[in-house]
Amino acid sequence: MHIMHFTERPYKNVPEDEVIKNRSFFGVPNKFYDPKVGAELYNEYIDEACYAEEVGFDAIMLNEHHGTPFCMGAVMNVEAAILARVTKKARIVLLGNPLPTLKHPLRMAEELAEIDLISHGRLVPGWVRGAGSEQIFNNANPAYNREYFNEAHDFIIACWTRPGPFRWEGKHFNYRFVNPWALPYQKPHPPIWIPGVLSPETVIWCAKHRYPYIGLGTALPATVELWNLYGDTAAQEGYTAGSENFGYLQQIFIAETEEKAQELGKGALFGGGAQNFSRPEWTLPPGYNSKEATRRLARQSTDYGFLGVTTEKLQQSDMPTPQAGDVHQEKGKTRARLMRGEISIEEAKAKIYKNYQKAQDGLQIIIGTPKTVIPKLKMIMEVLRPGIFGLFTAQGPISEKDRLTNVRLLGQEVLPAMREIAKGLGIVDPFERAPGSRPYTSGTKRDSLVDLEALKNAPKRDESVRV
Amino acid sequence: MAEWTEEITHVAGSDLAIIKGGQGKPLLVLHEELGHPGWLSWHSALAKEHTLLIPIQPGLGKSPKIEWIRNIHELALWYSWVLRELNLAPLDVIGFSTGGWIAAEMASVNSKQFRKMVLVAPAGIKPPEGEIMDVFSVTARTSLNASIYDAEATPEFAKLYGGERTPEQFEAFEDARTENARLTWEPIMNNPSLQYLLPGVSGLPTQIVWGREDAIVPVSACEAYRKALKNTEVKATVFDHCGHRPEIEKSAEFIKLVREFLA
Repeated sequence: MHIMHFTERPYKNVPEDEVIKNRSFFGVPNKFYDPKVGAELYNEYIDEACYAEEVGFDAIMLNEHHGTPFCMGAVMNVEAAILARVTKKARIVLLGNPLPTLKHPLRMAEELAEIDLISHGRLVPGWVRGAGSEQIFNNANPAYNREYFNEAHDFIIACWTRPGPFRWEGKHFNYRFVNPWALPYQKPHPPIWIPGVLSPETVIWCAKHRYPYIGLGTALPATVELWNLYGDTAAQEGYTAGSENFGYLQQIFIAETEEKAQELGKGALFGGGAQNFSRPEWTLPPGYNSKEATRRLARQSTDYGFLGVTTEKLQQSDMPTPQAGDVHQEKGKTRARLMRGEISIEEAKAKIYKNYQKAQDGLQIIIGTPKTVIPKLKMIMEVLRPGIFGLFTAQGPISEKDRLTNVRLLGQEVLPAMREIAKGLGIVDPFERAPGSRPYTSGTKRDSLVDLEALKNAPKRDESVRV
Repeated sequence: MAEWTEEITHVAGSDLAIIKGGQGKPLLVLHEELGHPGWLSWHSALAKEHTLLIPIQPGLGKSPKIEWIRNIHELALWYSWVLRELNLAPLDVIGFSTGGWIAAEMASVNSKQFRKMVLVAPAGIKPPEGEIMDVFSVTARTSLNASIYDAEATPEFAKLYGGERTPEQFEAFEDARTENARLTWEPIMNNPSLQYLLPGVSGLPTQIVWGREDAIVPVSACEAYRKALKNTEVKATVFDHCGHRPEIEKSAEFIKLVREFLA
């Protein structure tokens, strides 16, 4: 089992009220950004990554978001380049670079190759479509999101594998002379993993490319369903998928006592948590969703699609007419009521934190001591059998000392237990067995990827609670 | 009996849905970025003297998307081909918002294909003051709400796009927004070269109509259009207490103005 340390690297000092008032982390005005604080935090997070390597994590996972105090990794490759030099053996897993927002994918190919070289082949690049808000921030046309993604991906792989110089004349990218003098250390190119929140199109795409798919804290029943879709697609492609093709990311926080963990773990809901990552209208700019996904969304007004946006939530984001109010307006929930000034920030905050226990009950977040969290992790491992497991340090204003205690306890007590459990379950990771390396014989029953019996015992999740 | 029909015609290498209604000489109606808002009272009024031809923009409703069209200029070239192939030119044209922008692009390519042109709060030129609202980073309903100055004083506002929140309408809005984001995302709903091409328009009487309180395309762009169309007969009318939809916000005045202009 390949275990990754992950943190969003939040800008912890953002005033919580501003996030709640803005109804979103994305878009909080940057007048609240203090470069002195930013400087400390970037270094704190790099130190934390080094410490994670020291206590036994196999990998440091990074991610990238723009224009938000939710995550300071605006240019994750910069952090990755530093880690390439200051860490010794941990893999550097980037989940992921938002390909559709790139205007210049050749530069991305070069940057990643340099990171792979400096780290002597420890890079695992990954790609994402980018949240809707990333398209707005980077002025990336959302109607071409998937086209940009596909072409940038194909082009970067070509940069790494096709002898140069060559010309690239694509629909969106044109290069007259491709001949990078920084090629990846790993051959034919670094292993690629793809994180996601269960867009079926992405799951199928991963299966076709034999790229491991990492569920980002996704609900277990839906994850099971999509992993089976991956498995079926893999069989059609002629190979057998197994635990080496899957990963899972879980938000977690542990401390030496239950009380302390419970107190600090509340940070997961700071500012509204992932629920307030972005506003619904920024999460779904026009064309970001496929036509099929839009059709599903249109017809299931309260059902949570893979991005957690519902038409009901979109309606709550409608701004009224300047003069007379929206003649179509409907009664909304917390965020809509806050927007209309019907409730105070304090009341909105109280509603957010009221979900803390629910979020734990549904395993959106696991909080506790090593002893209490291990059975919960075991349950997830039994259901999903992921070869890759990311432990995502809870968000919020948790001090460096407490964060490092969390990392230490994970390393000392939780990681060894997870490795034992994985062994018992026969889980292998992508470095023990290359994804897509086992052929599938047509007409035979493909390997089971998940444990449906274990799923029956798993707690049910309230999908309206997102952390 | 319905006042209009919708037919799909194969023209200029693609299928195109065209809504048709009224009698008299043809009037090309180019709808806005959210799509054709439905048959409203101004349609009925103008349909008394004109045959309204409302092509549904490719990618919206029953008109299939045309992948190779990648901006409004190319869409205008294609629409010009449609007019040639259907032997409709020269004819009158009225365009709203992005539809007005399309009409202006078509005129800049060949002003002879039109007889008279009405531009209602067209996008297409970067306003010298203020900014075109980023309709793609808000909900469809928010942009719809922002398009009106005083909803209570505008009875037809509640009738736009059928007035109700149906799944079909949600999907139709998203189709329209997706296609227009595709075509107008960058530069933001304008074409920097348009203002340099419009002085090439001549012999095309043009009426520009705007609302002083337009929150979608600021009224400063009205003067920019008027100045750019300096080599043709052009008149600009700005309504007070009016937003982006003078055709329903100042319905009576709008109908009178357009009827007299097109007479």
